[in-house]
Amino acid sequence: MLAALAWFAPTISTLAANDPIRPIANMFDPLGTPAKMIHDSSILVSIICLVIFIVVTAMLVYVVIKFPSKGAEDEKKEPPQVYGSSQIELAWTVIPILITIVLILVTTRTIGEIQDKKLPNEALRVRVIGHQWWWELEYLKQDGVDKDGKPVWKRDFITANELHIPVSDRNSTRPTQLILESVDVIHSYWVPQLNGKTDVVPNRTNHMWLDPWETGTYLGNCAEYCGTQHANMLIRVIVQTPEDFEKWCAAQRASVVEPPVGDALAVAGKKDYFANSCVSCHSIAGTVSRGVEGGVFGPDLTHFASRASFASGMAPITLDNIRDWLRDPHHLKPGVLMPNMQLTDTEVDQIAAYLMTLK
Amino acid sequence: MAHGSSTTPEDDFVITPTRPGEEKGSWSSVIQDLLFTVDHKKLGLMYIGSGLIFFVIAGLMAAAIRLQLAIPNAHFLEPDVFNRFFTMHGTAMVFLVGMPIIFGMANYLVPLMVGARDMAFPRLNAFGFWMFFFSAWFLYFSYFAGPGLYNAGSAPDVGWFAYSPLTSKAFSRGHSSDYWTLALLASGVGSIATAINIIVTTISLRCKGMTLGRMPLFVWTFLVVAFLVIIAIPPLSACQIMLLLDRYLGAKFFDTQAGGSAVLWQHFFWIFGHPEVYILILPGFAAMNEIVPVFSRKPIFGYPIMVGANVMIAFISLGVWAHHMFTVGMTSLGNSFFAISTMLVAVPTGIKIFNWIGTMYGGKIRFELPMLFCIAFLFQFLIAGLTGVMLSVAPFDWQLSDSYFVVAHFHYVLIGGLLFTIFATIYFWYPKCFGRMLSHKLGMWHFWLFTIGFHVTFFPQHISGFLGMPRRIYTYEAGRGWEIWNMMSSLGVILQAAGILIFVWNLIYSYRKGKIAGDDPWDAWTLEWATTSPPPDYNFEKTPEVRSRRPLWDLKHPDDPDWKYE
Repeated sequence: MLAALAWFAPTISTLAANDPIRPIANMFDPLGTPAKMIHDSSILVSIICLVIFIVVTAMLVYVVIKFPSKGAEDEKKEPPQVYGSSQIELAWTVIPILITIVLILVTTRTIGEIQDKKLPNEALRVRVIGHQWWWELEYLKQDGVDKDGKPVWKRDFITANELHIPVSDRNSTRPTQLILESVDVIHSYWVPQLNGKTDVVPNRTNHMWLDPWETGTYLGNCAEYCGTQHANMLIRVIVQTPEDFEKWCAAQRASVVEPPVGDALAVAGKKDYFANSCVSCHSIAGTVSRGVEGGVFGPDLTHFASRASFASGMAPITLDNIRDWLRDPHHLKPGVLMPNMQLTDTEVDQIAAYLMTLK
Repeated sequence: MAHGSSTTPEDDFVITPTRPGEEKGSWSSVIQDLLFTVDHKKLGLMYIGSGLIFFVIAGLMAAAIRLQLAIPNAHFLEPDVFNRFFTMHGTAMVFLVGMPIIFGMANYLVPLMVGARDMAFPRLNAFGFWMFFFSAWFLYFSYFAGPGLYNAGSAPDVGWFAYSPLTSKAFSRGHSSDYWTLALLASGVGSIATAINIIVTTISLRCKGMTLGRMPLFVWTFLVVAFLVIIAIPPLSACQIMLLLDRYLGAKFFDTQAGGSAVLWQHFFWIFGHPEVYILILPGFAAMNEIVPVFSRKPIFGYPIMVGANVMIAFISLGVWAHHMFTVGMTSLGNSFFAISTMLVAVPTGIKIFNWIGTMYGGKIRFELPMLFCIAFLFQFLIAGLTGVMLSVAPFDWQLSDSYFVVAHFHYVLIGGLLFTIFATIYFWYPKCFGRMLSHKLGMWHFWLFTIGFHVTFFPQHISGFLGMPRRIYTYEAGRGWEIWNMMSSLGVILQAAGILIFVWNLIYSYRKGKIAGDDPWDAWTLEWATTSPPPDYNFEKTPEVRSRRPLWDLKHPDDPDWKYE
């Protein structure tokens, strides 16, 4: 009966063939440095808590088994009336304090190691900008130094939702720093196998860093309630070998190619795209499609078809899915801010064909 | 003492055990009586009764939420409807269920336990109740406003924590946030009135001989709770007023589009919200303090340190609010400070748990229903406390915060802790309130169905949290390893619902058919058991005099009274 409730079932979309997908984002299976640091202190804390749990449960079970009343006759004689014991009370005050001190030491050390880590200059910098309900990703490159010798960063290229970063060995010199910002409400960036979450807060810049050890696609979610489609603000991090990553970067920097003249559908689709108000929210680099005031309201579409999924990870990029989306975005993602453009079937086919040429 | 009459009760009243509403018979007279009463016992029962009604409503929403999450990609609830349900579920459970029921417990029991005839300010007491009652219906009225019931009206959809800037005009159009703000602002006024009443009653209306050191721990705990209410509610009211200024007068406190701060709200909210957790759980401790000794046949172990632990918990709880904000990007120093202060709460809480076990040790434990719920409380609150310690470790919290682990944690606190002690309270004091025992057989069904259902529902959520499942999501994709845990969670709800159904039936059935209780069915020691069941309007025929912490023990054991040991 429950299965009948599901009328659209997106499953995790496969990305590049040589990247294993890691669908289970188990925080106890860390595959990156900060996640591993968290994992180590978490294991210690979990063991301490488990031991306390076993000891106290044993005490409770013991008194419950050992001291039940044996009926009304037995109760006539009251048990010894004990009002307390200073030694015992002192013992179960001091022992927890000692355990707490251990926890405090572990915690503060791990906080310092992760939060106060100085990242090298070569670290990749990516601005992650939270939107209702998708992620804008701005890759930065160094552009000289200011007069204090600090590096100045400027935009390299822009993409959306799928974060590509290079893998590192365990002595990596090239971790990734994420610079987290939001343009609307609070979001939170969380990829459990790579790091804990950090909130993405408007009017504030937060930082986190990733340093993954293995290639593959890592899944995560927005972790702070951000409105209607909070549930489908998915995160995909694609960790690649440095060579693959550089290749990907080069492709992202490349300007868009015009749809081939022979592809009449796509050529017509391009015309439709620019004739409709798609251009006021979405950017395609090198064209007049720059969004209102050059800002980005909807995801950047420059190399749209080179991604594996759209709608912040909800659906794999296939012609059918894109057509469905263009016909009525709210069918796939109820409440999404992209309105139903009331496109005709022909327009839908043409624009979908055009989008698929944006490799 | 209805309507504050000052004549001495001995002249005016004949003691006949009556139930509320039975005196005059007709429905209209019962309703009139409830509308105009200032009697602390009737108000107490009205608080608990309305709390139970809202509990059923909020529970049905929880069931709908669990049905939607039973399988991935379900379309049983629309996202907006789901978001309204979880917001109203949380808001109602905290403000319309937890708060009124604990105020009901305090209202009914505190004056009886300190040997007073009523609360210090009976009319203020009635005012507090009606503020709560009307604000509660005002909140539910939001379902009928705006786009109406079908699309779930204008019910709040911003979460019970209402983080800015999601509540600002730009992101919360319509009136859903206004319903949330105004309803809770009004009920906060009532809460503060009631808290002041509890404090004044315990400070100034204790009967002869009841020093603070002889006051039942139940009353002590509620004294601490009342102070916490007075300290915690104003920051909430303040930020709610700021939010209204933002929304209606163009102020910019939380409006980030105009340069306001998103984090400011979180500070205000959690300066309220964290003590609120203790406002909700300390009454659970209060009930434990009375029930465990009676059913172990021993005095509470370490009375003075139990009082100290309450006060310590209250103090520390005021300095830990930002542990709800480990992920907003505080400095490492800030994170460390709040992690440390949070861990310290474990010490007094541990003392309490150990002292209850110490009370049971060497006793003659009677496994009556109130005691069963208390033992389940101990076990569940232990889990809740330890997962709390895990969450206080800030790096661990970066993984677990806003995941289903947190959902599991605070449901273990608030259901496994508070709700179980509320059940214990009702089974323990129902005979006092209505003169009849609750059915033991039905109670056992309730206990086992609900306890098992509770663990089946909430234990798996720890695991889905470890597997990266965030909270407040209306759906999730298949293949993330969450399906089985969510399905278990959803099935557990059926057992819980069956348990609640039996419990409600037991309340109704036993009111008419239950065994006659007598004045002191549990052979207990505090003053409320010295009067009739139910107590007369003026509580005590003669104001009692107290010489120890267990006045009725002294009466029953004249050869070995407690005051010999003080």
